[in-house]
Parts: sequence; structure tokens; C-alpha cells
Amino acid sequence: MVSVAIHKFSSCDGCQLAFLNAGQDLITLSNMVEIVNFAEAGIVDTRAKADIAFVEGSISTPEDLERISDIRHNSNYLITIGACATAGGLQALRNLANGKEWIADIYATADTISALPTSTPISDHVKVDLELWGCPVSTRQVFTAIRSLLFDVLPRDEHDKLCLECKRQGVSCVMVTQGIPCMGPVTRTGCGALCPRHGRDCYACYGPAENPNTDALGKRFAGLGLVSGQIAARFHFINSASPDFRQAGLNWKDKGNDG
Amino acid sequence: MSQDTDQTRLDYLDRPQFQSLLDVLQDAGFRCVGPQVSDHAIVFEEISYVGQLPTGMVDRQGPGRYTLKDTGTGRFFYWVSGPQALKPHLFLPREVLWQVDRDDDGKLHFSSACGQPQGVAFIGVRSCDLAALDLLDRHFLQGDYVDSAYQSRRQQIFIIAVNCARSAETCFCHSTGDGPQVRGGGYDLLLSELDEGFIITSGSSKGDEILVRLPLRASTNQQHEQVRQELVSAEQQQRSLPSTDLNEKLMSQLEHPRWDDLQERCLSCGNCTAVCPTCFCHSEIDHPGLNGMTSEHIREWDSCFTSGHSYIHGHVLRDDTRKRYRQWLTHKLATWHDQYQRSGCVGCGRCITWCPVGIDLTEEVAVICGGDAHG
Ligand code: SF4
Ligand code: SF4
Ligand code: SF4
Ligand code: SF4
Repeated sequence: MVSVAIHKFSSCDGCQLAFLNAGQDLITLSNMVEIVNFAEAGIVDTRAKADIAFVEGSISTPEDLERISDIRHNSNYLITIGACATAGGLQALRNLANGKEWIADIYATADTISALPTSTPISDHVKVDLELWGCPVSTRQVFTAIRSLLFDVLPRDEHDKLCLECKRQGVSCVMVTQGIPCMGPVTRTGCGALCPRHGRDCYACYGPAENPNTDALGKRFAGLGLVSGQIAARFHFINSASPDFRQAGLNWKDKGNDG
Repeated sequence: MSQDTDQTRLDYLDRPQFQSLLDVLQDAGFRCVGPQVSDHAIVFEEISYVGQLPTGMVDRQGPGRYTLKDTGTGRFFYWVSGPQALKPHLFLPREVLWQVDRDDDGKLHFSSACGQPQGVAFIGVRSCDLAALDLLDRHFLQGDYVDSAYQSRRQQIFIIAVNCARSAETCFCHSTGDGPQVRGGGYDLLLSELDEGFIITSGSSKGDEILVRLPLRASTNQQHEQVRQELVSAEQQQRSLPSTDLNEKLMSQLEHPRWDDLQERCLSCGNCTAVCPTCFCHSEIDHPGLNGMTSEHIREWDSCFTSGHSYIHGHVLRDDTRKRYRQWLTHKLATWHDQYQRSGCVGCGRCITWCPVGIDLTEEVAVICGGDAHG
């Protein structure tokens, strides 16, 4: 039987809910594979060997660093789930600041906190076989990936822009109708255009799409009245450490500093 | 009765009687789909009573901009267009084409997922929409491979077209020869709207059957004259294409520097192709059930702005936006002629309005075909 492990690093645990919220499919899955580690469901063996390992969370502490190389060693196919594991997550905002100072500013006994100065994606440290984006990932994404692997087929990379899905869903564009600065044109599809379906802008929790034109979108935001700092903040949010968004945000920050 | 009526010409429906049209259609078994205001735009959704129509609404359109305004008039069709019209109802954004089941012996059983759709009456279809429908028909229904999913829906529809009393700022159908007046056929009923009512004519035997059941009276020559005048004013459009056949011109400009400029501005987001009423590109994916005993084969809208569109065995042919935009424009306006004997553009202006960064193909064509190499 194929063995599956679900590991957690620095994260909110939300991506693991993609499994727990699966209902009947979780029961079906547990009859098809052996789940060897899944702390949130009470199965704990972090050193278990696994055919497929899902990794949630970013590398944010010295302990994370050690554990991820063990997991890589014990796993055949390693899949990151969510913004944290795939791009460093919201907590990677500290990479753009002085992480040590932040901790000292907030906590009374900062010296008892052992944290790396940066939060980094799993792929910065070990080889990753598949990345599933999203904050959080959905049940559909993880189960589609598992099903493909059980068929010995490589899972399909969903990297088109959100806009195309937004149009498939019949949503009237919030940017065109209301001038709301939407990140959809540079954001990876996968969520079913959740936010525009509810009349609000996408804030790019699925990270950058392939071939993203962050410059042109930033200029459009400026045309809608956003100042440089606000444009930078659109890119430096959930996926600030993904290279495309990181650079776009820094460029707009620079423009702000130039006056 | 005034002197200029022609009593043999029963073609006028008073505005307060418009509900009777919906009632008769529903009584004839049609589900009515018509314009409504939803999410700040005019969209085509199911309607059953007149109160759901966008009374008095007009659309203000520009590159990357769409707003609605209530003019306070009683007109139902004073707006021009929304993001979509017929396309998503005939060529569905996503649909299961077939399904396969594995039985206990491991044998596979394939079955079509196409159902028997109910008749749909579309109310408020424009001249450009009819021209686009004709193009979709050429693509999906002609030649050796008829698309049965499209065909089953296409055969069930009843079209109530409407002449445009005004044009949007983004319209250029007059220069493509596709509007604003409905000429030729393609509809079952045709409306021309006036303040107090509608001149209504039939274009098919199905249309005749509905028409005879409506409480019509004779129209006046003055009413016909007013319709004519509004159509003439709707023809005064701000945008145009230089020719209905740009095949040679565009194909001789494949290295024009303007394509590089477009690479800088275009988001490669595919909104233009999704709203274009003639774009038909799609991709197909399989969605297996978790237990591996069933699988669905799904077709969904794709676009020449995705990398998958030109992916061939480990290689993406159009790997940058320059090539993707060039593919879009040269297919739509040039090589479409080789494929379907006319341009793929009906001048609806949707790609201009719904482009998040307001790229205007009429402007791009003017530069690329106009010899102004530095744009
Ligand atoms: S609402 Fe956002 S995601 Fe949807 S089409 Fe507009 S820009 Fe794209
Ligand atoms: S619309 Fe954007 S922010 Fe909202 S769920 Fe989807 S990717 Fe995330
Ligand atoms: S190319 Fe643009 S203007 Fe022409 S039919 Fe398509 S959406 Fe309309
Ligand atoms: S032309 Fe506009 S709508 Fe079309 S892909 Fe480019 S940015 Fe998107």
C-alpha cells in the first residue's frame, strides 16, 4: 500500500484542513493508502518513510532546518502545500525587515525565541517534486494530486492567470466595473476565482501565475490612484518571498523612496 | 387611428404589453434568458417578468472601464452590451463531454454526458451577437466534425434580436459590417425599441408562431422613421477598423516593433479572448474520481494567452506575451479569413472594455497596419 505522510512546519495548520475537511473522500483515501504521519489527525511518526509526503509550512526556525532534510530523506515524492511551504508565506514579510528587531519589539523575553531571521520556502532547502499554491490549498488540489500520482501520472501544473477562471465563472470584473485594484491578472488560478465571485479583489493568495506582467499591473494600480507604497504592499503580502512578487514590490518601494 | 398607420401591418407592441411576450414564450416551453443588472454590469440571466429587465440603464464603456447609469427612461434595451451575450450559453465555459466507468471486471464503459437541453429564448441579442453566432456556427457545426454538445443547445434556441438605438464608445461594428442594425437573418423575432413600445417583426416560422399570439396593433410611419433615425445616429461610432480584410496587411507586419511594445503593456490575462463572442479555444482535462473507478472528460475555455495553448511535447512555442498577443490579433483579423472566409471580429468592442489595462485593438491595428513603425 502507498504510504502518505503529512508534515507541518511554520504555518497556521490551515492547509492540513484540506484533508480533514474532505469528508467521504478522506475515508476513501484512508482505505487506499496508509497514512503514516498526520499530527492534526492524531497519527504521529515524523520519521516515518513515505511514498508521498505533503509538507505544510515554511522554514522559520533552526529546528525546521534539521527536520526538513530528514523528511526529504525519508520521502519518495515531496509535495509542498500552501503559500508558506511553497513561497515562505505571510511570515516571510520579515525577510524584508529586521526580523530580530521585530521579535524584540513584540516579545518581553525575546531571547527565549529561537527563530531564523528569514522565513523561506521548502524548495530553498531541499528538492521539491510538486508545489501546490494557495492560502490555504483546497481539498480539490491535494486530492487531484494524490489521484494522479496513484495513476503514475504527473499532476497537472495549474499556473494560468486567475482572470480566465474569473471569466469562466461569469464574474463581471471588479477592476473594470468598479476600479478596484485586483491582483487576478498576475495570480495563479486554482481557487475558482473565490474573491471576485464575492465582489472583491483578488489579493494573490495563490501566488504568481506563469508569465506575470507585474510592471503593467502596478502601473494600472497607479492609474487607479494607488501610491507606490500601496502598490508595493499589494505584491508584498501573502507571497512576498516569491521572486516575481518580491521584485515587483521592491521596485514600487524604490519608486516611493525616489519621491 | 392616425392617418399614417397601415392596418395590414400589425407590428407594434405597446410597452405595457411586453410581459405578454415573456408569457407567450414561457407558455411555448421556453426558458427566457435576458439582460439584467448584476455585479455592476448587464448580464444575460434567466428572467420571467419585465421588472427584471434593466429599465433605463445605459452602459458607459471605455478601454478597461464599464459603468452603468440609470437614465430614468422607460427603455429596456438602451444599454448596448455586457461582458457576454450568447457565447457562454452555447459554448459553455466548462462542461463534461463524456464519462468513463470501470466495472468490477476492469472493463471500461464510455458514455456521453451531453443531455437534452430545454429550449431557451434569448431576449435582447444584438446585431454583432448574431454575426458572432454565425461564426461560432461555422466553427462548431460545419465540416466533418460537428460538435454535438454545441449543436444540441444551438438547435433549441429562440432568438429575439434588438436593433441598437445607441452605440457604446467602444463599438465599431459599423466598420466591420456587423451592426448596429440587424440586417439579414439569424433571428426569430426582431425588436426596435421606441419610448412607448416596440416595432416587432418575425424572421422565422418559429417567430411567426409567437408573433400571432401577441396583442399587436398597427405601427405608424412616424414610428418607423424614428427607428431609422436612431439607427443612423447609432452608426456614428468613435472607433473603426480600416478594412474588413486585414489578412495580407497584418501578416506582412509580423516583425513590427509595436508587438514589443504590446509585450510591455499586455498582462497576457486572456480577458479579451474570454469576452470575445467569436473566440472558441478550449482545452480538455480529465477529472478522475478518487477511487479510480470513474473519470470525467471536461472541456473548458482556454486562450491563446496561456502557455498551454502552444505547448507541444515539452516545449511552449509562444513563450512570451509578444508572440501571444500577435497570435490573438493575427488569428482574429487575418488568418480567420483562411479558416472561415471572413474576419473573426464583429466590432463589439468587448475586448477593449474588459481588458484590465485597456488595450484597444483598433488603436493597435492603426499603428501596425498604418505604417507608423514607431507607434
Ligand atoms: S476581477 Fe480580477 S481576476 Fe477577475 S477578471 Fe477582473 S482583474 Fe481578473
Ligand atoms: S481570489 Fe485571489 S486572494 Fe482570493 S482565494 Fe483566490 S487567489 Fe486567493
Ligand atoms: S475582437 Fe474584440 S471587438 Fe472584435 S469581436 Fe472579439 S471582442 Fe469584439
Ligand atoms: S490585451 Fe488586455 S485583456 Fe487581452 S491578454 Fe492583454 S491585458 Fe489581457
